[in-house]
Amino acid sequence: MKGPKFLAEQVGILRTKVGACWPGTRAVFRGHDLHQDLRNADWLELYLFGITGRRFTPQQVKLLHGIWVITSYPDARIWNNRVAALAGNSRSSPVLGVAAALAISEARIYGGGPGLRSIDFFQRAGQAVAAGQELRDFITQELKSCYIYGYGRPINSRDERLHWLAELAKEQGLDQGRYFNMAFEVEKILLGMGKPNLLMNYAGMISALGADLGLTPREFHIFLLPMFLAGMPPCWVEAAEKPEGALFPTPCNDIAYEGEATRSWRGRVF
Amino acid sequence: MSAKNLIHTRIWREEPEPDNPFATSAAYCRGYDVFGEMVGQARWVEMLYLLFRSEALTVAQADLLEALAVAVANPGPRDASVHAAMCGGVGGSSAAASLIAALSVGAGRFRGAREIFDAMTAWDYCGTDMDAWDAYCHRDTQGDKVDTWPKREHAPGFDPHGISTATSVLQMLGTLARIGASPRLSWLVLQRRQLEKIVGLPLDICGVAAATFSDLGFNPNQGEMLYLLLRLPGAAAHALEQEDYGYKRFPFYPVELEDDPNIKVTP
Repeated sequence: MKGPKFLAEQVGILRTKVGACWPGTRAVFRGHDLHQDLRNADWLELYLFGITGRRFTPQQVKLLHGIWVITSYPDARIWNNRVAALAGNSRSSPVLGVAAALAISEARIYGGGPGLRSIDFFQRAGQAVAAGQELRDFITQELKSCYIYGYGRPINSRDERLHWLAELAKEQGLDQGRYFNMAFEVEKILLGMGKPNLLMNYAGMISALGADLGLTPREFHIFLLPMFLAGMPPCWVEAAEKPEGALFPTPCNDIAYEGEATRSWRGRVF
Repeated sequence: MSAKNLIHTRIWREEPEPDNPFATSAAYCRGYDVFGEMVGQARWVEMLYLLFRSEALTVAQADLLEALAVAVANPGPRDASVHAAMCGGVGGSSAAASLIAALSVGAGRFRGAREIFDAMTAWDYCGTDMDAWDAYCHRDTQGDKVDTWPKREHAPGFDPHGISTATSVLQMLGTLARIGASPRLSWLVLQRRQLEKIVGLPLDICGVAAATFSDLGFNPNQGEMLYLLLRLPGAAAHALEQEDYGYKRFPFYPVELEDDPNIKVTP
């Protein structure tokens, strides 16, 4: 059924499997009573269960926790954090500032975008290799048609986070997965192709680990949503402590205008 | 549908197509036929006003609102809200994220929409009574209730970092007062110097905008919302422009870390 008849079927009702609450009595979270069954759950474990409907081992949860912790940078210069900081310094609310910073984090060259595209790359590479294609040939093909996300990084191509995350994966016994190994293999192939700037970045390593945990690209995308969150509130807090308007103030002469010369609006030609 | 699930509004009504209750045959804004009559005849600011107020505005009011909309359409790349939107542009964040950033950063009590709310509240409270402004600006705010917004740190509508009234502000005030010939703007033209003396700060663009919104009959909540809306065009344009320029041409400032564990001296 489609069209208005289908829409008419949906009028005035929520049909859902993920849960509901009845204020004053109880709440259900993906088929479990939230208070009776899940009240002691780790927050991230609950978050992952909410996204996937699947349960994860304590080792997996610890690794995924680490993925968030290792990239929590309270540096107000980074574009997403800068938004949180500017909100604090403009005397906007912390929730508005951090929510906007989270929205900004879903970017093309860092954050949500590369993570999503990188896990998609690994899973497609995995399928190609399983079907008999050489990984090198798959990479060559990818490079021709698009950018390979998970390799290369703005500002500095060496990613300081990888060593710490690889160590955490090893501690949790999660460093032997197919995609984790493939991530290093891809880097080696790219270097062999004469692309020294395409070193593995954080998106590359976390998406390989995510793929090894069986996350779909969309599940992984949603998992990444609060990845930078812990670094944002300190930026808001400190900027709110500075005098209003004192964060990155820009004098008129710091604008490098490159447009049309001054001209008359009244004298414009139609 | 049961009566409790109906959406109640005084703003908008739609009539369905005979063959589809989800397709619009006609839409009415405050009773005016939008697609049958307004589109092609109404000005953008007339529609805007009609949405927020129940009656259509006069030609002079439309001219005033349009002049204000032009004045605030682009706060410029030095403004924090536009800076935030550009942060979205350089990283390739979504268009909505850039505008969300502009809204969030431009929402606050420093040159943001909350400052408009505060200033319009001040206009409601003080009107054109200089003594009332004096009392309002110097009242003790320490006892104010905790709010989701940070505390107000300067008299709303005035520039806490200003030395003298910027030429752009004076031009905007003069032009809007001439177009609107409305009570607050006219009073502000005559009494600005005295008011600035009492406040101790020069008038800012948001102060002129707040007076304009009040003269147009908007309440502080409406003024706050409109200020958020009307400043978005510049944020959008600058975000797109920075996406073209790329992050390598966008400032990434040096840092002076005051609490570096690598250079801490242990006693």
